[in-house]
Amino acid sequence: MSYNWSEVFVGVSPTAEVEPAAAREEGRKGWFRSLKEGLSRSTKALAQQLSAILVDRIDEDAWERIEEALIGADIGVSSTVAIVEKLEQMADAGEVRGPAELVAALRRVTAELFSTKDTRIDVAHSPAVILMTGVNGTGKTTTIGKIAWHLKNVGKQPLLVAADTFRAAAVEQLVEWGRRVDVDVIHQDRGSDPGAVVFDGLSAAMARGSDVVIIDTAGRLHTQVNLMRELEKMVRVIRKQVTDAPHETLITIDATTGQNGLVQARLFREAVGVTGVVLTKMDGTAKGGIAVAVSHELDLPIKLIGVGEKMTDLQPFDAAGFTELLFSDEILKAS
Amino acid sequence: MFESLSDRLQGALGGLKGHGKLTDTDIERVAREIRLALLEADVNFKVVKEFVARIKERALGAEVLESLTPAQQVIKIVNQELTTLMGSTANKLAFSSRPPTVVMMVGLQGSGKTTACGKLANFLLGQGKSPLLVAGDVYRPAAVDQLKALGAQLNVPVYDEGTDADPVDIAEHGVARAREDGRDVVIIDTAGRLHIDEPLMEELARIRRNVKPHNILLVVDSMTGQDAVNVAQQFQDKVDLDGIVLTKLDGDARGGAALSVRAVTGRPVKFVSTGEKLDGFEYFHPDRMASRILGMGDMLSLIEKAEQSLDAQQAAELERRLLKSQFTFDDFMDQLQQVRKMGSLQSILSMIPGLPTAKLRNLQVDDKAFDRIQAIIQSMTPEERRHPDIIGGSRRRRIAVGSGSDIQAVNQLLNQFKQMQKMMKQIGSGRMPKNPFQMFGM
Repeated sequence: MSYNWSEVFVGVSPTAEVEPAAAREEGRKGWFRSLKEGLSRSTKALAQQLSAILVDRIDEDAWERIEEALIGADIGVSSTVAIVEKLEQMADAGEVRGPAELVAALRRVTAELFSTKDTRIDVAHSPAVILMTGVNGTGKTTTIGKIAWHLKNVGKQPLLVAADTFRAAAVEQLVEWGRRVDVDVIHQDRGSDPGAVVFDGLSAAMARGSDVVIIDTAGRLHTQVNLMRELEKMVRVIRKQVTDAPHETLITIDATTGQNGLVQARLFREAVGVTGVVLTKMDGTAKGGIAVAVSHELDLPIKLIGVGEKMTDLQPFDAAGFTELLFSDEILKAS
Repeated sequence: MFESLSDRLQGALGGLKGHGKLTDTDIERVAREIRLALLEADVNFKVVKEFVARIKERALGAEVLESLTPAQQVIKIVNQELTTLMGSTANKLAFSSRPPTVVMMVGLQGSGKTTACGKLANFLLGQGKSPLLVAGDVYRPAAVDQLKALGAQLNVPVYDEGTDADPVDIAEHGVARAREDGRDVVIIDTAGRLHIDEPLMEELARIRRNVKPHNILLVVDSMTGQDAVNVAQQFQDKVDLDGIVLTKLDGDARGGAALSVRAVTGRPVKFVSTGEKLDGFEYFHPDRMASRILGMGDMLSLIEKAEQSLDAQQAAELERRLLKSQFTFDDFMDQLQQVRKMGSLQSILSMIPGLPTAKLRNLQVDDKAFDRIQAIIQSMTPEERRHPDIIGGSRRRRIAVGSGSDIQAVNQLLNQFKQMQKMMKQIGSGRMPKNPFQMFGM
């Protein structure tokens, strides 16, 4: 399975992709393989847990252990219950017999929980505006650097806006990404009004004819009412210049996040109408099951997956692929 | 969004008054609620399993005291067990008898290490120490800059060698520098890393061997899910932790990771970090965390915060004036400022037991209201502040203009003040008001 980044974005002509030198340098892999590298660590533990159960029969104990394995992946209580109930129905109806079919069913049922909304990034506007939000430390700035790099590769001219004026050295971090990716960064001093930076950024984008403006915002806990208001204000500032923007409002969720990820996504969505999720740091042992819960319970598409710190470490999301890796074939082998 | 465990237990056992003893069915029901609540709080499922088994054992046949409802009885048991699991007492930092004491901070990317370094430095300043920060994260873009900015804010020196040097050297040189300059605590920031990143974990181990820190603290995001156990285990195996710093506790995550990490590593949580400001850092109190996971508020933390921030002398003076019923606008200003020293109103409110967090989230406390009140008071003459009764119509107009507010706001404040004086008289005469926060219009 391979993919073309020009298909990941809406508004990019299919022939636009040029093989960038940096990609060769960093040793670009097929998405499946590099994602699998990240995920395989996470999956092994789950696989071992499940393998013991799934060899022969599906008994009461097995169900409980499947439940625990799902909970252990941070899929969350209610989505876990939904999955297990569906599987039980299928088993009762004789649609699932034996472990091999159970694994396939588990994947299918889980994949079906994901939102069916468009997982592509909409940049078919001029300029297209992407607002990046999320709680502190979830990888907003890094994700922006990666998206900018991919946009450049498909022939778009992105502009970055450093509206995280709060965290010490956040501006420097984005500027450093701009340098690496060779993309301009609009910024002001630390502590300046983020709304003003956004205004400047959009003016600059229109003056320069940039195709895509990506706005970095300060990490904020969804419980900080004043900061959430500030984010709402930024959206109003954006709309003064580009009325139908932001065209994408993405929230980064750290794959290690537990059930609080649901609350994060819900409150950010309430405040600024999130259009999609970037699941970051999938290269650890965390299984990222919170993505299932967020997508299922809030009907938000997972759009991208971050699997490392390099520019190339960003993958488009694919529910079938994701669940295939989450519940791998090793479940049966590793007994 | 999450129903607190206390609420769940009340719900499950609410109708059980006068049973005398908890029956098997009661306990099964309770066990289910506890299991769900802990899983929703992100406590690792293995830890949950063991924990629930223990609760069941203790609750079975436990005599229900007359003074407690069965639900309260169970909450008490759960609270005790949670506290025991997290360690019974607050666990302080180990200071070396031969300074400098070296503290090394480790953890995943984005867990809040660098900020925690700054906050720890500030915490130590408050204890009369003279810390030195060492910028050992040479990989993340601008991490060194971030630490320097924090150091500048705190007026604490930062030792760095840019981003090209070897972190092991930087750490060693930093400790040497502290010794030369007579700084008594060294805080080493390290690169955020994945616990499965072998070369980086090895680098940490080398820093540990060469510098021999007295405290190695693992920084853990309180929003971490089930994976917290793997992370903690790996760091424990590679660098042998001394304790844990739990960050971002001002969010609404229940922080079940604290429980998992403690259970897996056997190492205590030493500090908790809250908020954006550098003073949001304190010793961890297991009993209070137990209450948080249970959703029971955190009265003790509030009391301690108040004790730290309120100037004892000023408080005594205020009390004297209160008794004489001479509460003036000057006193009011003092009081406002003292309360504000304790942190944002939101953070204070979040620690009061009995105020459900869900409700709190919707309650928008406007710290700016305080600014407006201050502006109005500052527009009064000293005479007016001492004797508010003399403030008539034209004075009100003048004050309104002077403070950039309007007459209604001035009137409102004067009315509130009058009520407050009345309340203060009650306190003075020994009758406590029911809700002391009434004075802030809550």
